Amino acid sequence: MSILKKTLMIGAMVAISACTNAGRFGDDAYGSGSAGSGAIVPGSANDPTSTAYFNQTVGDRVLFLVDQSNLSPEAQLVLDGQAKWLMTNADYVAVIEGHADEQGTREYNLALGARRANAAREYLISRGVAPNRLKTISYGKERPIEICSEEACYAKNRRAVTVLSAGLTG
Amino acid sequence: MKRFLLSLFVGLSCVTTPVLAQNGPLRIEITDGVIEPMPFAVPNLVPATPGDVQIGADLARVISADLSGTGLFREVPSSAYISGINDFNAPVQYADWKAVNAQALVTGSVSTSGDTLTVQFRLYDVFSNAELGNGLQFTGSVQGWRRMAHKVADAVYSRITGEGGYFDSRVTFVSESGPKDQRAKRLAIMDYDGANVQYLTDSSSIVLAPRFSPNGDRVLYTSYETGAPRIYVLDVGQVQRRVLEQKEGTMSFAPRFAPNGHTVVFSLTEGGNTDIYTMEIASGEIVRRTTAPSIETAPSYSPDGSQIVFESDRSGTQQLYVMPAAGGEATRISFGQGRYGTPVWSPRGDMIAFTKQSKGRFHIGVMRTDGSEERLLTASFLDEGPTWAPNGRVIMFARETQGAQGRSGLYSVDISGRNLKPIPTPDGASDPAWSPLQD
Repeated sequence: MSILKKTLMIGAMVAISACTNAGRFGDDAYGSGSAGSGAIVPGSANDPTSTAYFNQTVGDRVLFLVDQSNLSPEAQLVLDGQAKWLMTNADYVAVIEGHADEQGTREYNLALGARRANAAREYLISRGVAPNRLKTISYGKERPIEICSEEACYAKNRRAVTVLSAGLTG
Repeated sequence: MKRFLLSLFVGLSCVTTPVLAQNGPLRIEITDGVIEPMPFAVPNLVPATPGDVQIGADLARVISADLSGTGLFREVPSSAYISGINDFNAPVQYADWKAVNAQALVTGSVSTSGDTLTVQFRLYDVFSNAELGNGLQFTGSVQGWRRMAHKVADAVYSRITGEGGYFDSRVTFVSESGPKDQRAKRLAIMDYDGANVQYLTDSSSIVLAPRFSPNGDRVLYTSYETGAPRIYVLDVGQVQRRVLEQKEGTMSFAPRFAPNGHTVVFSLTEGGNTDIYTMEIASGEIVRRTTAPSIETAPSYSPDGSQIVFESDRSGTQQLYVMPAAGGEATRISFGQGRYGTPVWSPRGDMIAFTKQSKGRFHIGVMRTDGSEERLLTASFLDEGPTWAPNGRVIMFARETQGAQGRSGLYSVDISGRNLKPIPTPDGASDPAWSPLQD
């Protein structure tokens, strides 16, 4: 299981460095961490209160099987980590983005992405995160991170990504 | 169609040949199996002045492209002509057209006066030595000359096939650019043949699935402008838009007009569950029409407004269902192998077009409204989102090619499965919606 989890993490990190979320945690890197001292650079992936740490170390995303929205044991582990982190870092709110691969019709995939995002949200709430900190949105098949037309890419596109922003207290 | 033709009839100065009965030899039954295209000739329209020569040639070219594009007609090239048409009112030399095997002959005249364009045409059944129907005259703007050509072609198509025409119509669609993971989308509108593309939105937000109102004056679509998917209505003439629904914590998508033009049916997702709702545009009143924990989406009204066809995965996979427009018990109509989505009711009311996924392939298909006589028209890596021509005989859809360089484009196909062809667009294109015939 831990190997699988690592694989998921690496996949996530590759994806992050490749595209959409790079700007997000880049923007948040300043001012979101505690005052730095010693080896820990505030806002960097070493700073456990940073979004970079959340995205890379906790893991910002969970993956799904074809046409499924139930959470695998691996996904639940990642979400357990997310819940713990969110409980500790209460200044953050999150939007959970649900996505589907391209093997499906547009409308259905929008609805399927919504199911996936909601499954992750419900799980986080069940682990103690306040509902008003968690919103969901579905992109259906509109925003793939991998663009090949093979299962290797599809597997990474069937995802729910927890995107943080400095929220309740600004 | 008859009313449409009559209302446009302004009358020609000359006496026209009496109408030939439409059960004459010049006839195509487009529901037949494989057919031999009917040869026809469209000489350049006779210009009133030397200044009208070019537009006379352009009009003939578009009329010819409309007819040839159906796959039901084949143009006799002008290089084969024995005689031309130099006088619109002179008797036709049938022998000259028989000799080049032109079964149908379309003649016309064109004159311009300031910004006003006047086109007259006649259709001849060459092998019967007779005119088919009466001559007609259309008047419009010089700028809208292509519409005049489409109206002539619609009349010719209609007289020979007995079906309504579809050339004087438009298509709204999503114009796409950029790679799959950074695709920019904006709404566009064009003539049915790809001419006169205009953009209705910019590409700053994702936009999806535009749908025409029953008279073509407005377009419903989905946009991520506010962050979450929301339904907008846009006035085509003015390019003004407004959001229709903004309930906090929900998203709404997949809108379509009811035939009455003031009710919208759509999907709304709340708490991860997607159901079908209707809204009155004027009052904003929303009514829930399905209440299942499964996905219910892609609703489409029957042309009489009494029923809604939609897709649901309540059985475990995507299938098609029909329910009364007010909601209530739904009847499953798709039973073949695979998954069925994006159902669209034919404007004639007789069929439902759909997207089918089976064994890793996508198909566009049609079936009777009770699910019988399923027929798949296409097969590819990804075909999706059919829309009906105004006469219910042709379907347009989007096809995306496979792989990292995959690109989406528009295609059309007859409901017989014949005449599959790409529709030219300046960039990638998806989510087409065909307008009704224009006034």
